[in-house]
Amino acid sequence: MSEREVLESLRENARYSTADIARMTDLDESEVDAVIEELEDAGVICGYQPVVDWDKLEDERVRAEVELNVRLDRETGYGDIAERLARFPQVTALRLVSGDYDFDMEVEGDSIREVSQFVSEKVAPVPEITQTVTHYVMTSYKENGIELGNGDEDDRLSFSP
Amino acid sequence: MTIELSERVKTVPPSGIRRFFEIAEERDDVISLGVGEPDFSTPWAARDAAIASLEQGKTSYTANRGKRELRDAISTYVSDRFDLEYDPDEQIIVTAGASEAVDLAFRALVDPGETVAIAQPAYISYEPGVIFAGGEVLSVPTSKGDDFRLTVGALEEAGAADADLLVLCYPNNPTGAIMREDDLEPIAAFAREHGLTVLSDEIYAELTYDGEHVSIATLPGMRERTVVFNGFSKAHAMTGLRLGYALGPTDVIGAMNRIHQYTMLSAPTTAQYAALEALESCHDDVREMVDQYDRRRRFVLSRFREIGMDVFEAKGAFYCFPEVPAGVSATEFAEEVLHEQGVAVVPGDVFGEGGTGHLRVSYATGLEELREALARIETFVEEND
Ligand SMILES: Cc1ncc(COP(=O)(O)O)c(C=O)c1O
Repeated sequence: MSEREVLESLRENARYSTADIARMTDLDESEVDAVIEELEDAGVICGYQPVVDWDKLEDERVRAEVELNVRLDRETGYGDIAERLARFPQVTALRLVSGDYDFDMEVEGDSIREVSQFVSEKVAPVPEITQTVTHYVMTSYKENGIELGNGDEDDRLSFSP
Repeated sequence: MTIELSERVKTVPPSGIRRFFEIAEERDDVISLGVGEPDFSTPWAARDAAIASLEQGKTSYTANRGKRELRDAISTYVSDRFDLEYDPDEQIIVTAGASEAVDLAFRALVDPGETVAIAQPAYISYEPGVIFAGGEVLSVPTSKGDDFRLTVGALEEAGAADADLLVLCYPNNPTGAIMREDDLEPIAAFAREHGLTVLSDEIYAELTYDGEHVSIATLPGMRERTVVFNGFSKAHAMTGLRLGYALGPTDVIGAMNRIHQYTMLSAPTTAQYAALEALESCHDDVREMVDQYDRRRRFVLSRFREIGMDVFEAKGAFYCFPEVPAGVSATEFAEEVLHEQGVAVVPGDVFGEGGTGHLRVSYATGLEELREALARIETFVEEND
């Protein structure tokens, strides 16, 4: 299961060096490189991004979760609508979900005004979209499996039996 | 006026770790690989159970041997995980940490002048425990040549045939060594032949990275002569909750309980609720922690090899045991690396015979810290070459 192990390590920290991952998995560096390349080629690994705690930056970054309801017709499926929405650079994530609404869309912008405008001027007018509900993110506590905020203080004794 | 202390207390020196601790506490840039406890927090389900028990005011003593439900859960758990079959009514006692269980066993089983053989290097509390109980320690050193496993040869050479008890700890603190069934069989035969009672500290059993843990108590004829210790400190990251247990023959557990009921009365009640939940619903948390330790273990072993320090291939617990370069003692190395690089490690000597020339390096620390600590050790080794 070396593939899985390499993936786990990268998900923990995509900046682990090939050498570090090799050390953790008992593989050779060349094997680690090969596994990563395969995962990338197969589209399993689609990209690498830092996990950012925007609250720690001066400049405002506004993010919103937008619930979308859509009406399908004979010509248009979820995939078609998704394709159209995903093309907007403001959209950072888009998922078809089960439950009370159809799509769960994450939007980013420099200001509330920009995000609002995007939703009302670009998203709402899409003919199949019947309803949008925008939730602005106020504070983020965890992103991509990583807890944000102050790192845990290690208050264990420096020596113990 | 000076109060005369007991001879027993006077013969036991302060822990060898203590001095290092004082040096380390003076500075704030220390990365510690000197810890013998998890860096993970207790799984939430267990914490919730503890909190709920407090909210419900469940704060009275429990039965001396521990809550019945907890003993039932322990009985099921050790049976499922390690093939250890013990009757929750008479053969299990819940204690304030495995530490208390170890102490109770010594006090219940050792008469003044009796000899307790300890396979070393070993956890630092056994030797004082024997002395406090009035017994005498016989050190049985293990060595890197035998992968720090105990052998019959070592037992014979040390004269353990004449001992009354034998203390084992596998997976081992500090070496990370494990003993497989094949390795345990001759030890069991030796114990049967020479009438030794075995105390087997298996607190790191869950932290076995290569294959499954085997308890010596499961070997033929051993259940009757073995007391097994385990607890929640390591695998369930519950050190501060102070909960452990012992499994053993009815009369031995009964005797341990007799001491326990007059000294401890019962193990911490809140912790017993946490432990019950830990056994019932925290398997995935344990597995996740074990996976992480395993990745760190491989990382640390590989780094020591790169640095050029000989290191034993630890297969259990969360320690590895590299050898210090020739010409320095482990104590010097540990002192200087702490001084010059701010990395805290424990010299192997404090764990008894067989530990000389080695360091105990704990990887119960995040990978980022491990990476930095090993880089500092590398610099230290290069500069002192
Ligand atoms: C081998 C061994 N046994 C027992 C203990 C103590 O465990 P507890 O916290 O359950 O008292 C330790 C702690 O370091 C240990 O390493």
